[in-house]
Amino acid sequence: MSDATKAQGGLLGWVDARFPLTRMWNEHIGEYYAPKNFNLWYYFGSLALFVLVNQLLTGIWLTMNYNPSADGAFASVEYIMRDVEWGWLIRYMHSTGASAFFVVVYLHMFRALLYGSYQKPRELIWVFGMIIYVLLMAEAFMGYLLPWGQMSYWGAQVIISLFGAIPGIGEELALWIRGDYNISGVTLNRFFALHVVALPLALVGLVVFHILALHEVGSNNPDGVDIKKNKDSSGKPKDGIPFHPYYTVKDTFGLGVFLIFFSAVVFFAPEMGGYFLEPPNFEPANPLQTPEHIAPVWYFTAFYSVLRAIPDKFGGVLAMGLAIFLLFLLPWIDRGKVRSIRYRGLGHKIALGLFAVAFVCLSYLGLQAPSDVYFGLTVTLWAQIWTAVYFGFFIFLFTYTAFGFEKPKPVPERVTD
Amino acid sequence: MKTIAFAIMLALFSGTAVAAGGGGDLMDAKVDVSNEASLQRGAKLFANNCMGCHSAKFVRWNALPEALGVSMETIEENLIYGSYEAGDTINAAMRPADGSEWFGAAPPDLSLTARARGEDWVYTYLNSFYRDPDASIGWNNKLLKNSSMPHVLWRLQGVPEPVYEGSGDSIQVASLEIPEGQGGTLTEAEYHQATRDITNFMAFMAEPVRAKRQEIGVWVIGFLVVFTILAYFLKREYWRDVH
Repeated sequence: MSDATKAQGGLLGWVDARFPLTRMWNEHIGEYYAPKNFNLWYYFGSLALFVLVNQLLTGIWLTMNYNPSADGAFASVEYIMRDVEWGWLIRYMHSTGASAFFVVVYLHMFRALLYGSYQKPRELIWVFGMIIYVLLMAEAFMGYLLPWGQMSYWGAQVIISLFGAIPGIGEELALWIRGDYNISGVTLNRFFALHVVALPLALVGLVVFHILALHEVGSNNPDGVDIKKNKDSSGKPKDGIPFHPYYTVKDTFGLGVFLIFFSAVVFFAPEMGGYFLEPPNFEPANPLQTPEHIAPVWYFTAFYSVLRAIPDKFGGVLAMGLAIFLLFLLPWIDRGKVRSIRYRGLGHKIALGLFAVAFVCLSYLGLQAPSDVYFGLTVTLWAQIWTAVYFGFFIFLFTYTAFGFEKPKPVPERVTD
Repeated sequence: MKTIAFAIMLALFSGTAVAAGGGGDLMDAKVDVSNEASLQRGAKLFANNCMGCHSAKFVRWNALPEALGVSMETIEENLIYGSYEAGDTINAAMRPADGSEWFGAAPPDLSLTARARGEDWVYTYLNSFYRDPDASIGWNNKLLKNSSMPHVLWRLQGVPEPVYEGSGDSIQVASLEIPEGQGGTLTEAEYHQATRDITNFMAFMAEPVRAKRQEIGVWVIGFLVVFTILAYFLKREYWRDVH
């Protein structure tokens, strides 16, 4: 604590003598020096934090009127939509927020791929982020069961039955997760408990770890330059600016732009053409009637495509798990010495581009029926091609960087813009 | 970079998902839930023709006055048959068990049909009935084959007859025609309007707040645009000394 803070009287001084309020503020906001050259990609971290808060707050208010039982869940959601004051707005903010969360998180993750933000010394930030991503998928999956519509029910039925494909313990495991032989009120109750208490707690905790780890080593930037190497006489990075007020005011602008898009969906297209709220989910869950076409919500469909691409069910489950697990290992798969895409070898630029295209294509294919045909090939065949590209990226990246094939451009001493 | 990010977002958001049930081309319902006259006509048609068998159990009668632009008294006098108490929802006159017995399937609740099936689906469905002597109820539906619902609006539309194409096992209904002398009380255009009004009312029932949310949305986005412009200038002011 500096002398100035210590000498300060009043309420703040009183608090500071008992709690590191000013110190925490300075460490993480007031005197946290972030590179001055953040571009558009750097908005999505603060936006993800904003959406998390949106989900927590709207979730609390939804919980006040939601009834977590097989008999009452569907009707209680309609009650929220029709009879609870502003209930419709809270619900649409939550349902749109779920998809928005994945939009910003995917862009946030891709930013890390573009600028090598997962590389040394930021491996733990990336690993914490990946755990957040996996928990977020669990959170979204369990939350999707709660409206107890047809797609809630059958989506959960299909996904949980995947665990049944694991040899030996599979069936027992699926039974243990469901708490019943089929998805039932028992499953709904436990998913509710996990969705509103356990996972949000874990998520908030990990977000704190994610940010603490970031502030320990400092933010990366579009040039991948270490700004701590160039400090002025007072010890501040020459290319760094205090997070507050520079980035708080910049992120406020970014938030405004985001909210315009967000509100456009909430107020004018809450179903988003059937992507955010799927039409069959406006029918109550019916264990006796399977919907014609069961597709997960769009943010899962890339991995769903990988699953369907493998002819063997257990093989598919393994491939799907591997597709996520490999991302965890990225800091160790990528042996490149240069962080930013701006200075990396042409091979990596092309590979990363293909990887992004593969992810988008797999996401799209996961929403289509396997037998549909595009450009003469079935959806299954396309999914196999893009699955190969997806996994090929990791193999290429390791080979390209570990054996010295990459010929990076020289990295500047200071940030360039 | 900006354009790339927005292109990604657009790519994620564009297109339409597959609606459940029934294939074929759908007619455009051109729903407008802010059209009070259409909602009033639709409500009247719904009360007279649908409520005998179908409930709309999530829809409270007292949600109607604001959307239809009429008083609760008008609703009670014109739409509600039998007694009414504040907070009552739209019930069917028929018991579901009877429906099962008479039609082979209980008539579904219609609160959310316009959202589950889609408005265009509902509109097309109401325009796809035809006479089918082979069906147990005497009617069939081109959109939802072997639907167990009879053509309750036949007095209005008339009695459409199927025009078949193909042969043998691949025979199917190509189009519908109302022969001379089998016409109803409405012209084709009037019947389209009537079914459009019913669809409109069902779209309202599926999401009563729809007209209101769009109205509020204009103000919210207007505010956000002003806020964002101000935030931009504030940012520029603060960042003046950085670059």
